[in-house]
Amino acid sequence: MNYTLDDILQKHPHAKRDSLIPILQEVQEQEGYLSKEAVKKIGEHLNLSTSKIYGVATFYNQFRFEPLGKYHIQICRGTACHVKGSSKVLDTLQRELKIEAGKTTKDGEISLEVVACMGACGLAPVISINGEFFAGVTADKVKKILKSYRRKVTENV
Amino acid sequence: MFTIEVNNREVEAKPGEMILDTLKRAGVKVPTLCHLPGLFPSGACRMCVVEIDGIPGLTPSCAYPVREGMKIKTHSPRAIRARKTIVELLLSDHPDDCLYCVRNKNCDLQDLAEELGVRERRYTGAKSQYNIDSSSPAIIRDPAKCILCGKCVRVCEEIQGVSAIDFINRGSRSQIGTAFDEGLNISSCIKCGQCIVVCPTGALREKSYIKEVMNALNDPEKFVVVQHAPSISVTLGEEFGLKPGQDVMGIMTAALRRLGFDRVFDTAFSADLTIMEEASELVHRIQTGGPLPMMTSCSPGWIKFVEQFYPEFIPNLSTCKSPQQMMGAIIKTYYSETQGIDPANIFSVSIMPCTAKKFEAERPELARNGMADIDAVLTTRELARIIRMRGLDLNNMTPEGADTPFGERSSAGKLFGVSGGVMEAAVRSAHYFLTGKELTNPKIQELRGLDGIKETRVKIGDLELGLAAVSGLGNARKLLDDIKAGKKDIQFIEVMTCPGGCIAGGGQPLSANIETIMARMKMLYEIDRDATVTESHNNKYIKKIYKEFLGEPLKEKSHEILHTHYHKRDVLM
Ligand code: SF4
Ligand code: SF4
Ligand code: FES
Repeated sequence: MNYTLDDILQKHPHAKRDSLIPILQEVQEQEGYLSKEAVKKIGEHLNLSTSKIYGVATFYNQFRFEPLGKYHIQICRGTACHVKGSSKVLDTLQRELKIEAGKTTKDGEISLEVVACMGACGLAPVISINGEFFAGVTADKVKKILKSYRRKVTENV
Repeated sequence: MFTIEVNNREVEAKPGEMILDTLKRAGVKVPTLCHLPGLFPSGACRMCVVEIDGIPGLTPSCAYPVREGMKIKTHSPRAIRARKTIVELLLSDHPDDCLYCVRNKNCDLQDLAEELGVRERRYTGAKSQYNIDSSSPAIIRDPAKCILCGKCVRVCEEIQGVSAIDFINRGSRSQIGTAFDEGLNISSCIKCGQCIVVCPTGALREKSYIKEVMNALNDPEKFVVVQHAPSISVTLGEEFGLKPGQDVMGIMTAALRRLGFDRVFDTAFSADLTIMEEASELVHRIQTGGPLPMMTSCSPGWIKFVEQFYPEFIPNLSTCKSPQQMMGAIIKTYYSETQGIDPANIFSVSIMPCTAKKFEAERPELARNGMADIDAVLTTRELARIIRMRGLDLNNMTPEGADTPFGERSSAGKLFGVSGGVMEAAVRSAHYFLTGKELTNPKIQELRGLDGIKETRVKIGDLELGLAAVSGLGNARKLLDDIKAGKKDIQFIEVMTCPGGCIAGGGQPLSANIETIMARMKMLYEIDRDATVTESHNNKYIKKIYKEFLGEPLKEKSHEILHTHYHKRDVLM
């Protein structure tokens, strides 16, 4: 079922500040990210400034402010992956894509997200791209994976 | 009243007050970094910690109420060590570039490091890298110097009702930012500079135009004129160690001439001009059923506030330009014509108590033939910096008078520097315009003082007017909401963006407490009390400019030169 922003806000009539997080979650679920327009409307609904909402939302890792890329990379930073060197993988991804976690590349093709444990600790360090899992990734391996996706981007498949 | 024991001494305390307030009254100094008098304590910085008998650990005195019989140690070894550690930790992630900082020698963090005897770097922190936000024409933010005390956020939200900034991100990446971390210039910031005034470090400062002014002064082609706002003469002295509220009008004029300004004019003159137009506009609106209540338009932060938060009230704003802009406009028209100077060769500087005036000067609709009427705005603090840079000694200077024809003012124009003053000045002239007679007592006591919302009613002939003077835009919000709800019978409203008015503006000397601001205010009232000309319409140079150039208030010429318009703004609020 697809809800519009207005539908979501209507589900929370007379809402106060404490409804902020659930509303943000629902909006992100529907729209994939929190747009300026959405934040502004939520602010009007809850009588909160956009700076306050942005402040609360940036406190949590789960919210993003740019639409997802065509290819969405999730990298696990859970304990097992950390022990197996996922921070190097993250560094590499950020450097190669020239974006920070939580952002989307300028061409809108690839987005990056850090997630807590994906429940695939046996495969650590693990990343997933649009739901496809890659096990035992290293900095080198992740470069190769990126290359193959870049090819997909240029070939527009 | 009951007593508590502080450092083995009996001290009187008032029930309900915070320990810090008791200590202050008793003359016991405990340092603070996040405390804002009058606002709910946030307890963020922990600098104010004290030891209390029977309470384990240390307690923040700003956020803990006194209790009868309490025994407190404010400077126990433990409390001092805690404070010192906090400062050391703050410094570990601080750029340590004091020598290059605008707040050098005027910084709370520096003072505390000195007071607590920090002499070595015990912690090496991250020295986080941030981008400086220099997008705004008025305010510069340097997050690297921010110690996250939160005072700017609270002033912006709780005093100004704007909420342009807040804490963003988390943990070691925490910082202060706007919505979506965009430039202040496109945020809802109204450029009031109240955040600068409360910031304990150099993380917030005004955008400086000192270089532009110095270049103009050194350019032989340029005819450089300066105007100074009504409040500057009663605040500038503080920068040079004079006691708060001392009026340095004559020596400031002399200093401005030494700096090389070709003409020194007084914005209080164009404040008189504003009153001629604004009082006439009020009378006109009352007689023709124009949009009421009419609201004053001399405070540029307030104007942006209405344009973005309350556009439905734009028709209520007086169309009068502010005194700064009126002066700028007549300098580049009337004055340049009569003196035979090409306006393109005039460089017009204004000294303002205000950071938002920098933004106002750049408003495109206030330009003439693509040329701004005001070329550079300096705050009181920036003027003091130039004076020091040039090695001028204010304590050793003979007072001089301002230049004609824009140097003479009535004391009504001078009152523009304090909340309620514009309205007092306007009522004096409106009374004369409506009845042909002067007020028997020009002083309107109910509009005086530092209260955030002042209301009264006056009788002018057989007309009764409801008046309100508010300062601090949080208060303006309350009033506008009441008006929207139909709760008020008010015809004329004065709004000043900063609490107390221009004497407490965002460009004024720092570290002013309430006593300092009272002293500044008192001096403006004294100047009015002792003045011979107390009404704008009785200023003989005002009469002259209408006779020679403007014609009559609100007529074609005055309208073209002295009035403006506003527009709705779409910003992330
Ligand atoms: S200048 Fe005023 S409105 Fe802008 S951030 Fe500072 S306090 Fe808020
Ligand atoms: S910018 Fe200044 S006032 Fe604001 S939190 Fe940082 S140190 Fe405090
Ligand atoms: S002043 Fe008390 S906690 Fe900051």
